[in-house]
Amino acid sequence: MQVIKRFFLLSCISFLAGMAMANDTSRVSARPGSGPDETSAGISLPSGFGAVAVVDSLGRARHLVVNSNGDVYVKLERLKNGKGIYRLRDTNGDGKADEITGFGNYVGTGIAIKNGYLYASSNKAVFRYKLNTKNEVDTTSVETIVTGLVDKNQHNSKSIALDNAGNIYVNIGAPSNSCQLQDRAKGSLGKDPCPILDSAAGIWQFKADKLNQSYAEGVRYVTGTRNVVGLDWNTSINELFVMQHGRDGFSTMFPELYTDAQSAELPAEEMLLAKKSSNFGWPYCYYDWQQEKKLLNPEYGGDAKKQGRCEGVPKPVMAFPGHWAPNGLLFYTGNKFPEKYRNGAFIAFHGSWNRAPLQQAGYFVAFVPFKDGQPSGKWEPFAEGFAGKDIFNPSDALHRPCGLAQGPDGSLYISDDVKGMIWKITYKG
Amino acid sequence: MKKLLWINGLIAFAVVCCFSFSEKQAKPAKPGGLTASIKRGSLVYTQFCLTCHQANGGGVPNMNPPLIKTKWVLGDKKELIKVVLLGLSGEIEVNEDIYQNTMPPHAFLTDQQIADVLTYVRNSFGNKAASVTVAEVKGLRTKLKA
Repeated sequence: MQVIKRFFLLSCISFLAGMAMANDTSRVSARPGSGPDETSAGISLPSGFGAVAVVDSLGRARHLVVNSNGDVYVKLERLKNGKGIYRLRDTNGDGKADEITGFGNYVGTGIAIKNGYLYASSNKAVFRYKLNTKNEVDTTSVETIVTGLVDKNQHNSKSIALDNAGNIYVNIGAPSNSCQLQDRAKGSLGKDPCPILDSAAGIWQFKADKLNQSYAEGVRYVTGTRNVVGLDWNTSINELFVMQHGRDGFSTMFPELYTDAQSAELPAEEMLLAKKSSNFGWPYCYYDWQQEKKLLNPEYGGDAKKQGRCEGVPKPVMAFPGHWAPNGLLFYTGNKFPEKYRNGAFIAFHGSWNRAPLQQAGYFVAFVPFKDGQPSGKWEPFAEGFAGKDIFNPSDALHRPCGLAQGPDGSLYISDDVKGMIWKITYKG
Repeated sequence: MKKLLWINGLIAFAVVCCFSFSEKQAKPAKPGGLTASIKRGSLVYTQFCLTCHQANGGGVPNMNPPLIKTKWVLGDKKELIKVVLLGLSGEIEVNEDIYQNTMPPHAFLTDQQIADVLTYVRNSFGNKAASVTVAEVKGLRTKLKA
């Protein structure tokens, strides 16, 4: 009986999703193999935008950055031919990479360029390389900036962002779902206080030019963030914004409080204005985007309604449905996209797994308009179609968006960590 | 047009679901037999395993390992039963890829449920291997407690 109920529910949801998409007639669709003037490689974009595949199979491509000369640097989560960072160069201006070279023998996620250096992270450390007089990475110049960070497998990506005052921000995710006595076990209660908060579940600030810093030299900039993969410095208000991945498993661990349908939508994935010393409440609190409240987690006595100690915990500036996994955040500072996109935020959602048994969702790139450092409207889909079809099993997804970067010509780059495809998006008008 | 496609898809899906469900209903399995064990195991899988390992047993890249044609599933039954009873944490390699999420212990399942779900897993997703018996689960559970 339960099987029938689940299929019925799932069919309804597919139907509603289909109706919503069918109303959108302003999008351009993909034509695989088309040139740089048309959309390509299976994704769809708002009218007037086009895409070209820079590469199509670089491997597990996480974050990426584009240098002022147009060279694209990509950080890999698995070594490819023994290398963990790749430089992609387009020598003939067609948008596609013709020269591909690798360096760095470590895996990781974070990569950024600032003040003449390329910064890249492993799952324990942050390194940097000098850009030489030819504006290329000198691979022999590697220095360790941050070292000795927690890496206990789960949520171990060390994403990075830099401000304009000589600081680098590093996410240290919690190696846990909700700090239970027994991680992810049905009905297990939460540790209180949660000891993980001592060395993880937050954003740490380090000096961008000081060598071999670890926890002792860092500043605990923000706490109570379960796991952040996408983060970016907003230069219009000089503040850090981060995308928090909300917790998993309400209905598998507390089936008496949450149905599968509720658990697929909750908690929110949160866009947070991460002001210094903020505490966003993990593991005690989660954000319910339907009730628009920070609520107490069931591991800490919550009942899907109670706020308790979570009253007053800062809310997100924008909330998204559960489990979509925002892995990339980029504030667009270029002037080649239409006016509404300027200074707005692009978010690369990796796509869900914890919505099962319901249909998966969130394999796309969203856009949030901003004015004066605050969202000025609702979020909307920007680039879609990465998974290639409706996804029930994440392993069936053709591509999953992960990183975002802006080119010197105002284009937007999107990476995929299934096959390692990279799209360059331009506006043609 | 798109709308029509969706509706068609929905109807087709519903028909397939109903059909496959009534197919299953139409074949009453012998109690104690392999078919019966697989059938009971599929229900246990749906309730306790599917969220992480997914409906197709394909898992989640980088996080939750697949159950498709791996030595973890098709190899030593004792090791497999142990994973269910004790859970698993830390980085593991499955079919040349790495997985990092935590699996909690599932010792709260009965010996019968564990035998059924493992028999189901070893005979689904393209797998074909001997069933796991209640006696095997019981024996190992007792041994681990000692």
